[in-house]
Amino acid sequence: MLSRRLQPKGFAFASISKAQVPSIASHRALAHVANLEDIPNEEDKPFSVPISDDSFETYHFDPPPYSLETTKKQLKHLYHDMSMIRRMETVADSLYKDRKIRGFCHLSTGQEAVAVGIEHAITRNDKLITAYRSHGFTLMRGATVKSIIAELLGRQDGISFGKGGSMHMFCESFFGGNGIVGASVPLGAGIAFAQQFNDKQNVTINLFGDGAANQGQVHEAFNLAKLWSLPVIFGCENNRYGMGTSAERASAMTDYYKRGQYIPGLRVNGMDVLAVLAAVRHGKEYVQAGKGPLLYEYATYRFAGHSMSDPGTAYRSRDELKTERAKDPISSFRDKLIDWGVFTEDQAKGIDRSVREVIHKEVTEAEKSPEPELKAEVLFQDIYVRGSEPNQRRGRTIDETYYSR
Amino acid sequence: MASPRLFRPAARLLSSRLSTAATRPAFRQTACAPSILRYRGYATESGTKEVTVRDALNEALAEELESNKKTFILGEEVAQYNGAYKVTRGLLDRFGPKRVIDTPITEAGFCGLAVGAALAGLHPICEFMTFNFAMQAIDQIINSAAKTHYMSGGIQPCNITFRGPNGFAAGVAAQHSQDYSAWYGSIPGLKVVAPWSAEDAKGLMKAAIRDPNPVVVLENELLYGQAFPMSEAAQKDDFVLPIGKAKIERPGKDLTIVTLSRCVGQSLNAAAELKQKYGVEAEVINLRSVKPLDVETIIQSLKKTGRLMCVESGFPMFGVSSEILALSMEYGFDYLTAPAVRVTGAEVPTPYAAGLEALSFPQEDTIVGQAAKLLRL
Repeated sequence: MLSRRLQPKGFAFASISKAQVPSIASHRALAHVANLEDIPNEEDKPFSVPISDDSFETYHFDPPPYSLETTKKQLKHLYHDMSMIRRMETVADSLYKDRKIRGFCHLSTGQEAVAVGIEHAITRNDKLITAYRSHGFTLMRGATVKSIIAELLGRQDGISFGKGGSMHMFCESFFGGNGIVGASVPLGAGIAFAQQFNDKQNVTINLFGDGAANQGQVHEAFNLAKLWSLPVIFGCENNRYGMGTSAERASAMTDYYKRGQYIPGLRVNGMDVLAVLAAVRHGKEYVQAGKGPLLYEYATYRFAGHSMSDPGTAYRSRDELKTERAKDPISSFRDKLIDWGVFTEDQAKGIDRSVREVIHKEVTEAEKSPEPELKAEVLFQDIYVRGSEPNQRRGRTIDETYYSR
Repeated sequence: MASPRLFRPAARLLSSRLSTAATRPAFRQTACAPSILRYRGYATESGTKEVTVRDALNEALAEELESNKKTFILGEEVAQYNGAYKVTRGLLDRFGPKRVIDTPITEAGFCGLAVGAALAGLHPICEFMTFNFAMQAIDQIINSAAKTHYMSGGIQPCNITFRGPNGFAAGVAAQHSQDYSAWYGSIPGLKVVAPWSAEDAKGLMKAAIRDPNPVVVLENELLYGQAFPMSEAAQKDDFVLPIGKAKIERPGKDLTIVTLSRCVGQSLNAAAELKQKYGVEAEVINLRSVKPLDVETIIQSLKKTGRLMCVESGFPMFGVSSEILALSMEYGFDYLTAPAVRVTGAEVPTPYAAGLEALSFPQEDTIVGQAAKLLRL
């Protein structure tokens, strides 16, 4: 059974009272079954860690194994990566408040376990596409902090050279960063189509939010993916709110992992990086075996508001926020690793310190990056692939028309 | 120029569509609107061949599917049904179901999928049964295909071709008759072509597929069955027309008629009538490409004739004609000896009844009448 924190208040669970739901403490206890002696001293030596037995809910699908083979090195890496995202988002938050970042800026604090768990389950040859809350995924796919922050600042060294902004970042095997809610889901199906067309043994991770789940074209993509058996894992990152509208107020059925109907589904505790990692690793094997698409739901929570202008308090209670913050994916994982003896409190602090230093250094460099040059050549560059541009593109006035040849 | 070969009555028999069928039995015609060229007729110069627009498009698709293994065509009824308008006839048999793919009726879905495949490095050809249905997917064409290259700072290209019949067809009423030239023509990041003749169709389709950007090919249902002479050069598999270059279909000195797609044929007939009735030489420019627009050719012609008329079948407001008239003022005001005029579709959802429908789109006498008025004849 799923713990309380994973349950949207949909009709399917309406009958379950609070008293029946295990507390956070008991949840921790469930996960804490490993023998400390089992943990090897060597950083690279594989061993198994338990996955909490309330991590998954399935729909026509066998759950992943409840233990995960990993190494101390990887566990530390997971902690490090989540901390990097958290710190980068925190810095983005303050840069925005300093009015250095403009327009949109959607933070993923609280949702770090999803981006990190997925990345550690796939390879760089697997593809990933997501919607607008994309900073963490961009970092995980291999972009530098400097290039992400510089993009948010609208600078030359930004990953999209200052032309994309918060929602439009791309890199190898990462297809954005898409600003139109729902539209990226058919794109992801197409990326998976290309993998199938090219006989590649890879998968596409195709993410969208609970808000996008009601878009018609999401279901069109489900249909095509199942029809053509595309190697794609759809993933509904359910952070419980589409902007300010709760899942219950938007969806007639909030079990998003069941909404593929004919596609097997899995709901994963998206606050537990190990559960996400185990689920995606399991799903990848399933999809690579040619069994067709999967629909995952990562049950998570957004600590920040929807965007920077949203304090995130009008549509949810402070109590709820407080309860969710207590399940912070990073601090709970940190406690677990200390309990398991993977690292000590001091070593954890050391990682935190180095994360802060790295982010500080990269952000300082990003801030030094110049803004794009204010000339027509830069403004009009890259509308079309270089070498195939039209001869002229019109500026604001006829005098500002840009002639490329 | 092309005009002399267009009006030779002696060659009338040669232009019969039967001759096409005899040489290309694999692509036999289905029932379709009779070719206006059957009545007009022209000579077949040595090496030229009569080819319908449908066959020219089919040939272009087949050649590109053959030469580029990254291409595939998908859309509703493109494979087993051989295409709703038979443009993709025979392609499934030749290239198999991996390259010629029937989709369910799910425009946003399959268009988005095609764009995604393009982002991942393939070169899809996405057919819409008509561009009226592409409105369901226009977000994917514009937001996902056209803008991504720029938004990514040039690191994420999208090599895709969107094609299908656009604009008015006969007796299909408002929801199936709209011309989207202006819609797509306004979007930076897209290229938009609108072929008229068989050579246009083949050359522009091949150019569109080869172009590394998203290109929209606006075909016309009423042209599919029309036969045009195709030069020896155009029959070869390396024939490509440049996107962004207009063609002067008929040279003239008194009036410039800028037009596109099916209206090119109407304008050429109108020009012939103007010559016959008034002795006026109208220059007819076939735009071929809506975006980029060949401003240079238009203004050069305007410089010569001093008078400009645009003929198109889209809605009049904020349309292709509006743009060309605005450009003529910006670049050619001093050359104009009379206010530029436009002949467009009427500002009305296309009615079904034949008489009312005829009132909604440019007819040859509308063009002749407006030209006579412009020239004060």
